[in-house]
Amino acid sequence: MIQTDLIIIGAGPVGLFTVFEAGLLKLRCHLVDILPQPGGQLTEIYPKKPIYDIPGLPSILAKDLTANLIKQIQPFRPTFSLGERAEKLERTDTGDWRVTTSEGTLVQGKVVVLAAGLGSFEPRKPPIPALARYENKGVDYFIKDPEKYRDKDILIAGGGDSALDWTLDLVDVARTVWLVHRRSEFRGAPDSIEKVMRLVEMGQVHLLTNAQVIDVHGDQERLRQVVISSEEMGQFTQNVDHFIPLFGLTPKLGPLEHWGLETSKEGVQVSFPHYETNVPGIFAVGDINTYEGKLKLILCGFHEATLMVQRAFHYVHPDQKLSFKYTTVMGEQGLLKKAESL
Amino acid sequence: MIRITVIDREGKEHLLEAPTDMHMNVMELCKAYELAVKGTCGGMAMCSTCHVYILSDTKLPDMKPEEEDMLDQAFFVDSRSRLGCQLMISPEMDGLKVRLAPEED
Repeated sequence: MIQTDLIIIGAGPVGLFTVFEAGLLKLRCHLVDILPQPGGQLTEIYPKKPIYDIPGLPSILAKDLTANLIKQIQPFRPTFSLGERAEKLERTDTGDWRVTTSEGTLVQGKVVVLAAGLGSFEPRKPPIPALARYENKGVDYFIKDPEKYRDKDILIAGGGDSALDWTLDLVDVARTVWLVHRRSEFRGAPDSIEKVMRLVEMGQVHLLTNAQVIDVHGDQERLRQVVISSEEMGQFTQNVDHFIPLFGLTPKLGPLEHWGLETSKEGVQVSFPHYETNVPGIFAVGDINTYEGKLKLILCGFHEATLMVQRAFHYVHPDQKLSFKYTTVMGEQGLLKKAESL
Repeated sequence: MIRITVIDREGKEHLLEAPTDMHMNVMELCKAYELAVKGTCGGMAMCSTCHVYILSDTKLPDMKPEEEDMLDQAFFVDSRSRLGCQLMISPEMDGLKVRLAPEED
C-alpha cells in the first residue's frame, strides 16, 4: 500500500503543478492516471500545439510544458501509478482516504485531489450494439500481448498510427491480418504507411479502404464474424478470431461519478476559496471542477491548485500553523531543503 | 448577422442568428444557444463531439487534413459529415442547415 499526504487523481498539467505547491508546504503527493505517461490532454490530445496563455511563456508546445512541469516538481519526488484508473474511494477507520486502482494498487492519504480533467481517457468504441457482448471474447480495444494473436485471423479497424503500427507488428504473428479503414488516405507516420502498403502489395495484409465494420456476430463462446460495408464490394461477412477497433481515446468521467460528489453538467461543484467539493477533504482543481465564473484554462487550474493546498494542509496537519513564504525568499537551497524533508 | 438552422438529436429545428464578425464557428454557435454540443477539445479538431451533417448545398470551406483525420476516428460518418468547430461562420453561410450527429456512447 502507498501512504501519502495528497492522493492526486490525474497527472495532467494541473495535477503535476499541485505537486509543486503541495511540496512548498511539505506535503507529499502520489498521482494516479489511466494514461501510461503524465501530461493528460497535453500529451494525449495536442502535444505539438503551441499554448500562448501561460504567463511568462509567450509560446510553448504542450509537450514541452509537460516536460517543464515534470522538471519543476522533480525535487519533491512525487510517486505515480500510471496506466491505472482510480476505481474506488473509501474512508478508512483512521479517517484517511483510500483509493483502489484498476490494477488493485491501494493508495492511502489524508486528502484527495481530483485533477482529472475531462475524466479518464478510454478507447473510443464503435457504435455497434453487439460489440459489448464480445469484449475480451474476440473484441479488443487495445493490445497487451501480441502473442494472443499468434496464428489467428485478426481484423484491425482504424487509420491512425496505432492501427498502422499494430498491423506491422502483428503481420508476422497472426495468420491473416485485415486492415479496414473509412477512407483511402491514412494519417500517421509516412514511413509506417509505406511499410503497410508494401505488405498489402505482397499480399500479407488484406487492406479494405472506404470500408467500415458495421456489425459483429458470434456465439455463446466468442466472436466469430464481422460484417463489413465497403464502397467497392458492398456488404459482406468475414470470419475472424479477433476484431481490434483502434479509434483513439476519448475522455469519460467514469468511476468518479459514483463517489458521492455534487456534480453538474459542467463538472464537480466546488466551493470558494479552496475548491473543495461537498465532501470535506476532497478537492477538485482544473478542468474537472465548476464554480461561478469558471474558465477551463490551464492557468486557472494552476491558481486553483495553489489556493487549494493551503486548505489541504490543515487536513494533513490539523495542529500546525501555516506560514506563507515566497519562493524568492526561500531560494534554491530553501526549496531543496523542503523537498529533502519530504 | 446570418441565419443557420440546426436540427438537434430529437429532430427539433432551431433557427439561429449567427454573427459573422465574432470569429465564431458552428460548434461555438451551438454552445452559445445551449444546444447539446460538447466541444470537448475546444475547437482544435481533436475530438468529434461537434460532428454535424450538412443538409443544405451551402458552399463551405474545404476540409483540412486534421478535420479528415479526426473524422476517421469518429463514428456515424458519411459524405455530409463535418466538424462544426472547423466551420467558421461567414456571410456566405447564410441559410446553412445542419443536423447534429448522434452522440457516441
